[in-house]
Amino acid sequence: MSDQTNKSSFTSFMSSGQPWVWMNAGAVAVSMIMVAGLLFLIAVRGLGHFWPKTVYEIEYDNGTNVVQIVGERVETEEVPRKRIVESGIRVDSDKDLIERSLIKVGIREVLGVDFMLTVAPNERSVRVPEDVIVLERTQWGNFYGYLTDVKEVGKTVDVADADLWSELEHRLHRVTELRERIEHIEKNKIGSINFQLEKLRLKRRGLELKGITDQGSYDLLSTEQDMYTRDYEVLKEELDELYRDITRDSITARVMTGDEVEIKLANVVKAYQPNAMTLAAKIVFYIKTFWGFISNDPREANTEGGIFPAIFGTVIMVLLMSIIVTPFGVIAAIYLREYARQGLITRLVRISVNNLAGVPSIVYGVFGLGFFVYVVGGSIDELFYREALPSPTFGSGGVLWASLTLALLTVPVVIVATEEGLARIPRSVREGSLALGATKAETLWRTVLPMASPAMMTGLILAVARAAGEVAPLMLVGAVKLAPSLPVDMNAPFIHLERKFMHLGFHIYDVGFQSPNVEAARPLVYATALILVAVIVVLNLSAIYIRNHLREKYRSLEQH
Amino acid sequence: MPQDTSSTKPLTPGSLEFNRQLWKRRSVRDFLARYLVGAGGTAVIASIILIFVFLFAVVFPLFKGAALYPVSSYSLPDATVGDSLLYSTEEQAEISMRLDTSGTVHFFYTDTGTTIQKFDLLAGLNAKISSWKHVDTERNVLALGLDSGQILIFRHSYALRYADDRRTIIPEISFPYGEEPIDLGIGRQAVDHFAIGNDEDGLTIFAYTQEGPSLVDYAKVTSFLDEDEIVLELASQVSLPYVDRPMKALLSPERRWLYLLNDEGVISFYDIRSADMPVHVEDVQPLDAGSRPTAFEFLIGGISVLLGDDLGNIHQLFLVRDEDGNQHLTEIRRFSSGAAAITGIFAEQLRKGFLVTDDAGQIAVFHTTANRHLLTEKVSNHPLMHLSIAPRSDKIVAEDSSGQLHVWKLDNEHPEASFSSIWGKVWYESYPEPDYVWQSSSASSDFEPKFSLTPLTFGTFKAAFYAMLLAMPLAIFGAIFTAYFMAPKMRGTVKPTIEIMEALPTVILGFLAGLWLAPFVESHLPGIFVCLLVIPAGMFVASLAWWNIPDRIRLLVPEGWQAALLIPVVILCTWVALALSPWMESVFFGGNMRIWMTDTLGIGYDQRNSIIIGIAMGFAVIPTIFSIAEDAVFSVPKHLTSGSLALGATPWQSLVRVVLPSASPGIFSATMIGLGRAVGETMIVLMATGNTPVMDFSIFEGMRTLSANVAVELPESEVNSTHFRILFLAALVLFIFTFFFNTIAEIVRQRLREKYSTL
Repeated sequence: MSDQTNKSSFTSFMSSGQPWVWMNAGAVAVSMIMVAGLLFLIAVRGLGHFWPKTVYEIEYDNGTNVVQIVGERVETEEVPRKRIVESGIRVDSDKDLIERSLIKVGIREVLGVDFMLTVAPNERSVRVPEDVIVLERTQWGNFYGYLTDVKEVGKTVDVADADLWSELEHRLHRVTELRERIEHIEKNKIGSINFQLEKLRLKRRGLELKGITDQGSYDLLSTEQDMYTRDYEVLKEELDELYRDITRDSITARVMTGDEVEIKLANVVKAYQPNAMTLAAKIVFYIKTFWGFISNDPREANTEGGIFPAIFGTVIMVLLMSIIVTPFGVIAAIYLREYARQGLITRLVRISVNNLAGVPSIVYGVFGLGFFVYVVGGSIDELFYREALPSPTFGSGGVLWASLTLALLTVPVVIVATEEGLARIPRSVREGSLALGATKAETLWRTVLPMASPAMMTGLILAVARAAGEVAPLMLVGAVKLAPSLPVDMNAPFIHLERKFMHLGFHIYDVGFQSPNVEAARPLVYATALILVAVIVVLNLSAIYIRNHLREKYRSLEQH
Repeated sequence: MPQDTSSTKPLTPGSLEFNRQLWKRRSVRDFLARYLVGAGGTAVIASIILIFVFLFAVVFPLFKGAALYPVSSYSLPDATVGDSLLYSTEEQAEISMRLDTSGTVHFFYTDTGTTIQKFDLLAGLNAKISSWKHVDTERNVLALGLDSGQILIFRHSYALRYADDRRTIIPEISFPYGEEPIDLGIGRQAVDHFAIGNDEDGLTIFAYTQEGPSLVDYAKVTSFLDEDEIVLELASQVSLPYVDRPMKALLSPERRWLYLLNDEGVISFYDIRSADMPVHVEDVQPLDAGSRPTAFEFLIGGISVLLGDDLGNIHQLFLVRDEDGNQHLTEIRRFSSGAAAITGIFAEQLRKGFLVTDDAGQIAVFHTTANRHLLTEKVSNHPLMHLSIAPRSDKIVAEDSSGQLHVWKLDNEHPEASFSSIWGKVWYESYPEPDYVWQSSSASSDFEPKFSLTPLTFGTFKAAFYAMLLAMPLAIFGAIFTAYFMAPKMRGTVKPTIEIMEALPTVILGFLAGLWLAPFVESHLPGIFVCLLVIPAGMFVASLAWWNIPDRIRLLVPEGWQAALLIPVVILCTWVALALSPWMESVFFGGNMRIWMTDTLGIGYDQRNSIIIGIAMGFAVIPTIFSIAEDAVFSVPKHLTSGSLALGATPWQSLVRVVLPSASPGIFSATMIGLGRAVGETMIVLMATGNTPVMDFSIFEGMRTLSANVAVELPESEVNSTHFRILFLAALVLFIFTFFFNTIAEIVRQRLREKYSTL
């Protein structure tokens, strides 16, 4: 019990070293909190974006008069009173800290802004009106207001006030169907015709370059061209009619300023009454919105709509990269571990390979741009795509060059992981196989590689995770803000390796930092970030799982 | 066992016979596999080397000197009429022009000397040329001083025509101020010397005749008859009786300064902003004692003057404003071409470079800002009399004293780059002092791109420094605890979490740092600083409390879970600090700490500053350092610590005295690798700083790093331009730097591993 007396004294506490141990523990705690906090922040902000938020109607005293504000409360924070007063706002309170909210009011065409700031003491009354409607539109941002009329060809449709909403939903449904048909024609059919016409143009140019003067081959091209032009005319007519149809209906609604605004249904993507929704309806809405987010194309300079092309581009790029990196990485590892004479040179090579994993990714991007795009791509254009010059085909960034660059970037990861796997396979296994008369290649192919396959898998998964999150090199070798067409489509040869592509990571950078309306796009960036993080975390967790599993397996093998 | 007998059948001696064919096939396969794998492996390794070689190959031309290649040499085309006055070459360098004393302009093909066309400028004028001057080299405007007290301004231009897919260049002569010479109003006397300045508003001429110098100023007025025609209107005319006869005169293009050089090499310069009242400012004598001036020209842009002397020196001078706002003509650089007297100075048209010719028949090529002497070559046995350099600086035409014309191709792609211009302080034109500047926007003749990588490298290290400031303690202490004290179960959770942390895309960290953290830190500034104090204090208090807690509670939690216990403590401390932040701000800092700092302390504040970078990039670096350091501490052989503990040391003592000394190389290499990552990180700095290339160590200011700079500028730079290659150089620097540090770290680690395996 002398221990007890010692313990209570402060000096013994200090000399025990316990405070230092705790400080070290604190470092772990802080790191853990940072990771968890970051994931939590992204998850909350990213997931919260799709939830239908309550729309408030606030009677607000803005210092000169009382106005009505209708909108969503985006965030609320406590701010020192002085700071608010300094910005020229009168505050009806003596408290030191004032609650300030950011309200999303939408209707950019009326107000000219998307957001308004309110301070809590000046809010005279706050109401949650059941009948407020929210419209997601193709332009001017969201709309918040009260439905007053539904119109067809400019004439008010005679329905009871109670049925107005269902009338709107009904007509919106029709518009959505029409819009899908229009999109189908514009993107798929006309897109394909344009693709063929461009091909014909290049063929003609190619003939000219070859110096072929035979009129026959040109006539052939012309007939084909006429055929496509005729097809186009037909589609154009169909489109015109659809456009006439889609612009038939409109609604009028009252906004917060008291003005009545007419809105064409053709511009409305989605309409809902958040305050009237039940929990179940909200959940359904949430799932639908989330699905729309990952399956739709972006709108309004990427600040609205979905991110499908970015997801697709990332997947294609990563797939291509895996196809390139796996064989080379594995072969290099086998060479280093099984064939190369172990000596100073192999040791140096191994050190360099390890180091390459630490070389900044931007350096690979610079190399990719200089070597793949300008040197290799430029030569390919010179040799095979002369008819398209001076506009480059392979001589500018594209999905192939991006994949190659990232393959180079991730090849060390695969080499290191595979080598580690090969090193863990006990000697006895190899010797057993060789003793039975198998050649070295057979030993490798039949026993060693199957045993090392989980390690290769780990390497590949880590490579994929790294490639999916890398942005800096892609900025140089082919990721773009908005790609006109996907790198894989229905036009032969189906895979277009020279095309530029969209990428999730680049999308985050672009929308978050290069877009004209960062504030409005921010929730979308969080949602995109969430998807990217989710993909990468899942990939990494599976790599960790496979690796741990593998270790267990060989531990038992080694003990035999 | 009937099956047994049937299965033993293949085991009869006959079937055991050596199957030669199978064996052959197998060995061929083995052989193929060996070479395929060998080839594949070597290819991968070669491609890795290729990265380095390629980057180097792109960078290399930057530091190559210039080279001259002779193209042709022929005797003067049609030299009978008069002596040559000057030569000029058009942009494609296909056609050159020669003006002779008789006023004949003679266009000929540069490479062959074949005559294309001739113009007589003085046709119908009863005058002879007494002097000449460039008015606008970019637009090929020239002025001739006549012996009739007049100045004739003409322009030679070259029209490109495409006919039958062939490009032809047609030379033309025009007179921007009319075919009639401008009368200076000094009577009919020869203009021996003159200088001319020309801008949108007017034209100023300094002329020296027998009767002395005078300064004539014209305003440009649009003609009533034709909107496109410009008419000169006399604004003022003064004679300057106190000015001695100059050897050479120069008038700056914006008509502000007049420089007069006399035979002793003294440059007097005058402020002629009001042309009717020139003000003498200063006399400067830049030459060494005993040398005489021989040539005096503007560098392109008309800001610097170049003075050549008979000892082969060229002095570059320009006006530098002192603290009181007075201008002083200051010698900035001195170049030397050799020992022979300079005979002519010829400025390049698109860059701040120039050529000189000397008495010994040599040509020398220089670049002023880069302070580079690119070439000296003896090209003729006779002194060169006249020289013209093509606008793209790729061709030179020169006439020697024997009347022979020489044409050379000049290969001088990147004179702007030199070790001193990329890494050192450079005194740029119009700057008060030498400075490090990165300003790479596209070049025009007035604007010179400034390629100092020093501010970018500084920014890189500044960012890395602040990141390491946060990451090093957290990662190393965390690693020590995880490896040495932590309960295995908790370790099983902590390690994968850290690995996830490592895999988080930096674009996400950058985006959060830029869009969420930066505004957050700005509005909670006092709270953030208080956090730094409160969190360690909280940990200390928590450990003390735990020490004093009754055993029966304390023993409920096994050893090695302190980190878990501290999580709520840290969260609580952070919350308290941040919640108090607005209150502290209004009590101590008058409601806004940012403004308080600027007003009271005079510290500027960027929203996206080094604190943000420190936190965001620190976050990215922590896992790298953590994993390697943890590995190093964990693999210290257990019997070392067991021994220490058995001898009565506390766990902390055995950690500090036994474990850390042997693990320290590993921790060092972890730090190196972390530093490498921080230095090369791109997206975080791109998104979370203002990207301004300033050299300022303030924690509240941003920076621009090498990597972010490459990411921003490379897509827009012209392929194979100097800018492009310098960006490649930046990448190469990053590559070499990280490769170097990683190699050191790797070697240290391998040594350590060997040491442990013997223990």
